[in-house]
Amino acid sequence: MTQELIDAITEMREEDALKIANQELDKGTSPLAILDASRQAMEIIGKRFETGECFIPELMLAGDMLSQISAVVKPRIKQSDTQKKLGKVIFGTVEGDIHDIAKDIVVFMLDINGFDVTDLGVDVPPAKFVETVKQTGAKVVGLSGFLTLAYDPMKATVAGLKEAGLRDVKVMIGGGQIDDQIRKYTGADAYGKDAMAAVNLAKQWYGG
Amino acid sequence: MDAQWSKLSPVEKREARFKETTAAEGMPFVSPQVKQAYQERMQMLKDVVDLKKPTRVPVCPFMGFFPFVHAGVTAQESMYDYEKLGYAMKKYHRDFLPDTVSGAFLYGPGNVFEILDYKLYNWPGHGVSINSPYQCKEGEYMKGDEYDALINDPSDFFIRRYLPRVFGSLSAWTMIGPFTDILELPFTGTSIVPFGIPPVQESFKKLLEAGTKALEWIQAVVAIDADSICNLGLPSLFGGFTKAPFDILGDTLRGTRAIMFDMYRQPKKLLAAMDRIVPLAVDLAVRGTTMNKNPIAFIPLHKGADGFMSNKDFNTFYWPTLKAVILGLVENGVVPYLFVEGGYNQRLDFIADPDIPKGSTIWMFDQTNMKEVKRHLGGWACFGGNVPASLLKAGTPDEVTQYVKSLLNDVAQDGGFMLSTGAVLDEGKDENLHAMIEAGKQYGKY
Repeated sequence: MTQELIDAITEMREEDALKIANQELDKGTSPLAILDASRQAMEIIGKRFETGECFIPELMLAGDMLSQISAVVKPRIKQSDTQKKLGKVIFGTVEGDIHDIAKDIVVFMLDINGFDVTDLGVDVPPAKFVETVKQTGAKVVGLSGFLTLAYDPMKATVAGLKEAGLRDVKVMIGGGQIDDQIRKYTGADAYGKDAMAAVNLAKQWYGG
Repeated sequence: MDAQWSKLSPVEKREARFKETTAAEGMPFVSPQVKQAYQERMQMLKDVVDLKKPTRVPVCPFMGFFPFVHAGVTAQESMYDYEKLGYAMKKYHRDFLPDTVSGAFLYGPGNVFEILDYKLYNWPGHGVSINSPYQCKEGEYMKGDEYDALINDPSDFFIRRYLPRVFGSLSAWTMIGPFTDILELPFTGTSIVPFGIPPVQESFKKLLEAGTKALEWIQAVVAIDADSICNLGLPSLFGGFTKAPFDILGDTLRGTRAIMFDMYRQPKKLLAAMDRIVPLAVDLAVRGTTMNKNPIAFIPLHKGADGFMSNKDFNTFYWPTLKAVILGLVENGVVPYLFVEGGYNQRLDFIADPDIPKGSTIWMFDQTNMKEVKRHLGGWACFGGNVPASLLKAGTPDEVTQYVKSLLNDVAQDGGFMLSTGAVLDEGKDENLHAMIEAGKQYGKY
């Protein structure tokens, strides 16, 4: 059954995927096994995204299938069965910018790849990032921004973290007009072109 | 004129449109020299569209909110205080002397949006800071089960469903009936009844009030642009505007997320809706370019960029109706100015479509490899770009000069090229923009 479910998700057969998941649940298959299969499918989609065989629509649709399956399956999973997290990541769209589509994709991909993500939303002031890092002890911060107006708030956020003495926190930035020049300008540790780049950076920084 | 006009070939129509723009009859140029400078610049633009070598590469940076940063005017003031808007736009054009006018209309009348309780955008002072450009608030302003309503009657869909959602002050328009109900006398009275309902009456009062303010705004904006045209001899970059049908649906009707699901969940409806939109999108730009007497139509391209979908989906969902819009415009003698946001590295093979006549379009790029652009589009369509926003913000004047120099060296040698910013410019150092424009003028001579 596992392969059947994985195939349905990776081939974007939404109705089949949900049907298989429900049937398996009725048959008594472990809810965790169903969730694991769905996550495996998502990993395959993530890899295909990296190699240019899958694109944002597939990432979003597979993500939505996973959410729908989780909604059915999760109530039947005991708390102790939940996945061990790889590390904490604080994520948000920087001050002045209200765009959330790309940020939501990155947050979702970090989450399903095993990170404990705190999503601060959009238009997040530097102080809010600093405060949340202090509260959670996260070692990785992700800053999103769609417009060029995000350059200076990104720079201010990186500076804010340093001023607060959080020098060992790694910062990644990303968005439509972000490149290496802006990474240098903002003082961020890295920039990523897409959601999988963010996952890989987080894994690298957490030694995963 | 109409009977004669319809007999002209597409190329003759384009020639006639360019001739009208170049003649600029009735424009009060301050001197014959300035008029001549204007006409020389128009010739440069026409030459690049015709894939010729102009006297020099036209330098046409695309302005967003940069002129206000430069002039010390807030983004909010640009949308409310037309004197300050005018001051900043005039100052930008005088200080930088690009080859084309950046239109003052782009920033819009803040008071009109307030009166109408515009919900589609946040604008400076309304949901974003007074120094921030306006930003779109994505949402499903058209629901997933409304494709049939849109396809059946787009105007009715806009009037009774879409506009009440994006303008709070017009929310009562859901109570109006379709105008196509109004047929015979015995049934006409009932159709007019909704206009007596107080909230509907109130909505029309708001609309009239907004109309008055919009008229004040457009008068100010036209005068601001005319100042740069007549004093500096700069033509406007474009006269009309339209969008790719996929973006019309994906940007402000369904939203990014929903339209991507629609590609899988209801592809036939999505395709039918885009087909329905094509003639509307063509008509929008034909009217704009005709009214403003400038043959170039601005078409920003969004959701077909690299990464947004596979080449297969691009060829199924994005390109066919965009191509239909392009062909519709070319047929009318209008020149589509396709402003490719993001990257099109995976799409170059498709857009260089042999069905689109040679020398009839302009393609502007940002994060696309310009040598590849030249390889695919050179000798077929005018193209340009692509000084990065990041470089203009974080680079040095020397770096900018080097960038422009090597760009021109790599791709501009055969003509048919326009120098521009890769993205709409909101931020950047003055000295970097000066360096870009100076380098374009210095190294762009043929």
